[in-house]
Amino acid sequence: MLFVLALHAVLAVVAPAAGRRLGRRVFWLCAVAPAVTVVWVLTRASGVIDGRPAEETVEWVPGLGLGFDLRMDGFSLLMVALISGVGVLVFAYSRWYFSDRPGLGRFAGTLTAFAGAMLGVVLSDNLLVLYVFWELTSVTSYLLIGFEDDKGTARAAALQALLVTAAGGLAMLGGFVLVGQAAGTYSLSAILADPPSGTVVSAGLMLVLLGAFTKSAQVPFHSWLPGAMAAPTPVSAYLHSATMVKAGVYLIARLAPAFAATVAFWRPAVITVGLATMLVGGYRALRQHDLKLLLAYGTVSQLGLMVVLVGAGRPDLTFAGAALILAHSLFKAALFLVVGVIDHQAHTRDLRVLTGLGARMPATFAVAAVAAASMAGLPPLLGFISKEAIYEAMLHSRSGVGDLAAVLGVVLGSALTFAYGARFLWGAFAVKSGLSPGDAVGPDVPAPAWPFMAPAALLAALTVAFGLLPALASGVVEAAGSSLDQTIADLHLVLWHGVTPALGLSVLTLAIGAGLFIGRSAVERVQDRVPVAPSAFGAYQSSVAALNRIAARTTGIVQNGSLPTYIGVVLVTVLLLPGVALLGVDLPEGITLAESPLQAAVVGLVIAAAAGAALARRRFAAVLFLGGVGYGVAVLFIIQGAPDLALTQILVETLALVIFVLVLRHLPERFEREPWRLRQGIRVAVSAGMGLFVAAFVLVAAGSRTEEPISDEFLARALPEGGGRNVVNVILTDFRGLDTMGEITVLTVAALGIASMVAAGRRRGDT
Amino acid sequence: MSRRLGGEAKREPSLILETCVHTLFHTALLFSVFLLFAGHNAPGGGFVGGLVAGAAFVLRYVEGGSGEVQDAAPVPGTVLMGVGLTVAVATGAAALLGGGDFLSSGKLELDVPLLGTVKTTSALAFDIGVYLVVLGLVVVILTTLGAEPDHPIGAEEAP
Repeated sequence: MLFVLALHAVLAVVAPAAGRRLGRRVFWLCAVAPAVTVVWVLTRASGVIDGRPAEETVEWVPGLGLGFDLRMDGFSLLMVALISGVGVLVFAYSRWYFSDRPGLGRFAGTLTAFAGAMLGVVLSDNLLVLYVFWELTSVTSYLLIGFEDDKGTARAAALQALLVTAAGGLAMLGGFVLVGQAAGTYSLSAILADPPSGTVVSAGLMLVLLGAFTKSAQVPFHSWLPGAMAAPTPVSAYLHSATMVKAGVYLIARLAPAFAATVAFWRPAVITVGLATMLVGGYRALRQHDLKLLLAYGTVSQLGLMVVLVGAGRPDLTFAGAALILAHSLFKAALFLVVGVIDHQAHTRDLRVLTGLGARMPATFAVAAVAAASMAGLPPLLGFISKEAIYEAMLHSRSGVGDLAAVLGVVLGSALTFAYGARFLWGAFAVKSGLSPGDAVGPDVPAPAWPFMAPAALLAALTVAFGLLPALASGVVEAAGSSLDQTIADLHLVLWHGVTPALGLSVLTLAIGAGLFIGRSAVERVQDRVPVAPSAFGAYQSSVAALNRIAARTTGIVQNGSLPTYIGVVLVTVLLLPGVALLGVDLPEGITLAESPLQAAVVGLVIAAAAGAALARRRFAAVLFLGGVGYGVAVLFIIQGAPDLALTQILVETLALVIFVLVLRHLPERFEREPWRLRQGIRVAVSAGMGLFVAAFVLVAAGSRTEEPISDEFLARALPEGGGRNVVNVILTDFRGLDTMGEITVLTVAALGIASMVAAGRRRGDT
Repeated sequence: MSRRLGGEAKREPSLILETCVHTLFHTALLFSVFLLFAGHNAPGGGFVGGLVAGAAFVLRYVEGGSGEVQDAAPVPGTVLMGVGLTVAVATGAAALLGGGDFLSSGKLELDVPLLGTVKTTSALAFDIGVYLVVLGLVVVILTTLGAEPDHPIGAEEAP
């Protein structure tokens, strides 16, 4: 499994450079990664389906129990097959979708990185590793949505997707930590085998659900997904319908069998949110004029249904959920690819102006019709089979009023699905009367090249094949279901169940859906009259605006730009916290004031220089006095026998002097004369207090040693272990090397800060 | 506003100053390298060596301002810092490859013709990184804070 992930990483890194040379053909190069994954997964499939998960482990941080644990069981197998299978098709499609333009290599690389990250999400058996991959998919999604970075809408949509999913991801990380600490392990399979319980776990699971809901675009977080349609269509087909948005569903499906029954809020939360999402998505889809947005809201709706199914934690619903995940990826990816074809050929996706495309591109029409029929749940397609499985399961597990409401909700949601599916086909391909010839797009649209259509056609063909011969897909779906929930037994995908209540519900769904489509003008009128509920996008915008306002205000208070205030706050804090604690401590006895007359003389000079610095009226004089203090201290170091320290002190002092002079050029020559006022009094008091504190602190600290000093150890070990006779240098470069590393990093950051601040000031002209 | 210190941007370079600085500059640089290599066993080290090298560039600055520093520095200060940081991190990471912990030092004994046996440790490579970072910091400060108001600063920093 590792080599598959590594292959994705390598190709993702290579692609930008290769793209400059290969142009559009870079997609063939990148398609190697998912193609190899498909081959690999096929070789492993039979073992996994028989119940022998593939496992790999690499130690990462053993001390934290953090291992790079990969595990492919039945459900992961289904997801990997979808991610890589659809991935190959999307890469092949992209080669025809894009015209040669700069940045294609970067795009292909990011898409490959996404595919690898998504594989990581579904293969990780460690919650923290899963989290890392999860956020990687958020980041790559951000980059892909914002690919056309010259468009403001694309940038805004990318940012919204990132903020919403990454915020949810952070909540999820918190949840993972709570659950992992309670369970004593971060291994997903161990947690599921022996689920922890308690208030902490419940709180953690609530956070995890929050993350899953944001990722899978559940109400009220769903508005980022339609926004993400600003991305190129291959991205919409791949990330925002077939794979990434299913990450939340994946996680819920993993956790539900273990926690749905024991955690009180789980089922109500999952079923309410899922149903609401299904209905809101379907309702909004009926209002869209942009074919892509129509599909996006349809995806939101279907994700809601998936969350209901896999989240309920009931064996047959879980099984139906796995079937829907497979069916949805096939038909929805195909539909998105078709929209991309239409967009590419007709240069519009507005169903109000498209007319007669069915006759112009019959093959495309046929593919779209099959996919949309599968989405609507018509026999004999895979979508019908999964819908039958859903109804069958819901009727069987029905045990109360709440479940009856859920059944009705799903029927209504599925009817909406039929309606917007029909609206999609009609909108994209039908001949519409009443269009003025100037507006109409269609009569002169060229048919697409066949390789451009092939990926969508292949997906549609699979939908038909799995529909007619459900046994082909049944093995994988059964393995997926039983790896989630061992109690699943003897469930199979079947095309014809006989005349059952489930079939009745299917017929009811079709009838309502057909009614909604035929009466579409009436439906639209009603929708126009119903006031729009507070929109989720508006809520997103106002919360971001509020966040910015709060941040600006906080910064205004905390960072008011006055250096004396900053230093004052720091010093007063020191005086209050450790300073007050020092008051009750006795000074050690027998203090030696000076060890030699020379030392006393130098200290006298230092004190005089310090006083001079405080009293000087000119800035330059004050700086020179400060330098005098520094050089005096260096002399003290020499007297104490520390040449290294003295050398460093002298050099630092010299350079500091030079830097002071550089800065002083921009300041007035003299300090401002202030009359003896309160502010100056405060400064004197704080400074004097600080001086007394430091003096007392040094005396107390030096007199309160209880352990042997560490320096003896350093002296003893410097030569044998550090290989050097200069202890100071061995400490800096070896014993405390990590500290030094941190310090030089700080130096670098500070230098960059200085350089950019000076440059910014220079640009404003206020040097 | 009162007179500004050191604001004279254009002046005739003094021949004596120029000669002295150019003589001292290379001597100081050589001395800084000596300190760098001697540091493990005698007073010195990367930090001190970097400061001495920085002081050499301060001399050039005194002679001809930040333009002179830019001429004297082989690459921009930010590049020096970046290379230095990379060297330091790479040294630490190399220990990982050798199976040790991050930054743990290794010893090396080489027989070099003419010089005889030379003992050194990986800490020296780390110290070289420190040296470059410190030197780079001084160069950055001299070419940014020290730039004359009419001098296009940051020109050398452009990517």
